[in-house]
Amino acid sequence: MSLTLEDPRIVEFDVRTDEMLVNMGPQHPSTHGVLRLLLRTDGEIVHEVTPHIGYLHRCAEKIGENLSPPQWIPYTDRMDYLAAMNMNLGFSLAIEKLIGMEVPEKAMTLRVIIGELNRIASHLVGMGAYGLDLGTFSPFLYAFREREIILDLFEEVCGARLTYSYITIGGATHDLPDQITIPPGLAQLTERNPNMQLSWIDALKMFLDWMGPRIKEYHTLLTRNAIFVRRTAGLGILSPEMAMSYGCTGPVLRGSGVDYDLRRDGEPIYTRMYEGYKFKIPVAPFSDPAFGGIPQEAKLGDNWCRFFVRMMEVAQSIEIIRQALDRYPTSKGEYRLPFKMNQKLPADEVYLETECPKGSMGFYVVGDGDAEPFRVRAKSSCFCNLSVTGPLCQGVLIADIPSIVGSLDIVMGEIDR
Amino acid sequence: MKIEDIYQRLVSRFGDSIRELKTGVKDPWIEVASTAIADVSEFLRTESDLKFEALNDLTASDWLETDPKKKTPCDPHVEVVYHLYSYSLKHWCKLKVKVPRWKDGVTGELPEIPSVAHVWGIGDWHEREAYDLVGIHFTNHPNLRRILCPEDWEGYPLRKDYEFPLEYHGVRGK
Repeated sequence: MSLTLEDPRIVEFDVRTDEMLVNMGPQHPSTHGVLRLLLRTDGEIVHEVTPHIGYLHRCAEKIGENLSPPQWIPYTDRMDYLAAMNMNLGFSLAIEKLIGMEVPEKAMTLRVIIGELNRIASHLVGMGAYGLDLGTFSPFLYAFREREIILDLFEEVCGARLTYSYITIGGATHDLPDQITIPPGLAQLTERNPNMQLSWIDALKMFLDWMGPRIKEYHTLLTRNAIFVRRTAGLGILSPEMAMSYGCTGPVLRGSGVDYDLRRDGEPIYTRMYEGYKFKIPVAPFSDPAFGGIPQEAKLGDNWCRFFVRMMEVAQSIEIIRQALDRYPTSKGEYRLPFKMNQKLPADEVYLETECPKGSMGFYVVGDGDAEPFRVRAKSSCFCNLSVTGPLCQGVLIADIPSIVGSLDIVMGEIDR
Repeated sequence: MKIEDIYQRLVSRFGDSIRELKTGVKDPWIEVASTAIADVSEFLRTESDLKFEALNDLTASDWLETDPKKKTPCDPHVEVVYHLYSYSLKHWCKLKVKVPRWKDGVTGELPEIPSVAHVWGIGDWHEREAYDLVGIHFTNHPNLRRILCPEDWEGYPLRKDYEFPLEYHGVRGK
């Protein structure tokens, strides 16, 4: 397929005097990775946005056809690298569904703790980076201060800080450590002795106790900040019908008022992990008094609502982790069931979606009796969420493009795979 | 609604275009004739007791056994898989469309399937990806271009007989 110069979407020779083509990206700081947006502008007004993706394409699906599932787990890390644990979990559950494996209670509780902790880390980056997009630097620093401790805790668990490959088929690679040295960041913030020894669970509890009251500060800093509200509220309004048609999921869908969360509405193999946990699902327009009011300017499905869903999910995830930590010491079974590296997969095919921080990540696996799957497919939630930028950015100001794209909270590693 | 009931609804409306209901597998599916898929999708989305508002996933796979030692080789074909979900009625459905690997048996001529981009917005990008990686021509698609690979890339990487290029713009492969 060669490049046809007559195609007006690629190159425009006959530019009218009042229109201009502007390239935003692929190295623009507010595009969250290597995303290129081609804007057709008339002065400050944007008439058309065409996203160009694929700069980070690594053929993960083709590679997956030549590797057995445990070998492919590191490739799932590199999809959404801000929430690698949730990616591992999604693929592991898909394989478990294919072979009909049911993980023990202890492994499930461990997965809930780890998955929700990674959700907090991902939403913190989402919050900090969104602040950066809109020109405020300090929320980013606070977000990374907290995230640093979460990464330290993950490092104690599996040795890696970003690409964990920790959750695996049958459970997780290791149990939670009995004794660790307190993470340096946590020791400093809570004014503890930096050589203090404690169990991983106690360190996490200490962190949650410290973090819980801090959420109020983020709201003061960003959520209720007058400038922030004026930059986000009433902008980029995504109607529920459009959100469903464009396959938007996660906070983007809930910000548009569709009450749907796979942790509650998903398939049994996934929802049984969350059985018995008490948590609320924040959905715009946040009628539950627990979520507080919304500013008058905010409208259903705008940037502010999407952002606020994420902030509220952080608080809910903390609640879930607290409940899981109470259960963990008494939960039955092992942290891992054996799964051989060359275990044969049955000739069947499954599709499973899980609730990742950025949306529903789906894995479609086709087995044909060999150890390597015949076909693996990763359906990216950010891919679908990004597809809505075209219709969403019509007729807005150039300065509002980062505000709209940032509110979708995309990560290019997952879009391009 | 159970997939058996959806199958009955579709058979009574579209007759022979609905090929079969495959059960006894982890995710049962309905096989649809390639020419009818756009009409079936429109019907599934608009009918008041079906209401599939969302296309969760659209993907394609190339069924060609490249391993000569395999005892039960599959019938060579390309299939497109649609995973649908209804938010209001909380039910799901999986559709499959099977077409020959090449149109009229001529290698290089892409098989054709009607596009569902006008039914669900996300169909646009998912179909571009399936076109880009598996090589399926979606007729009536508004903008069928490559999405992940460069515009001038040759071949369809997820085809089982795909050969990696030896050179691309001065970059050596293999």
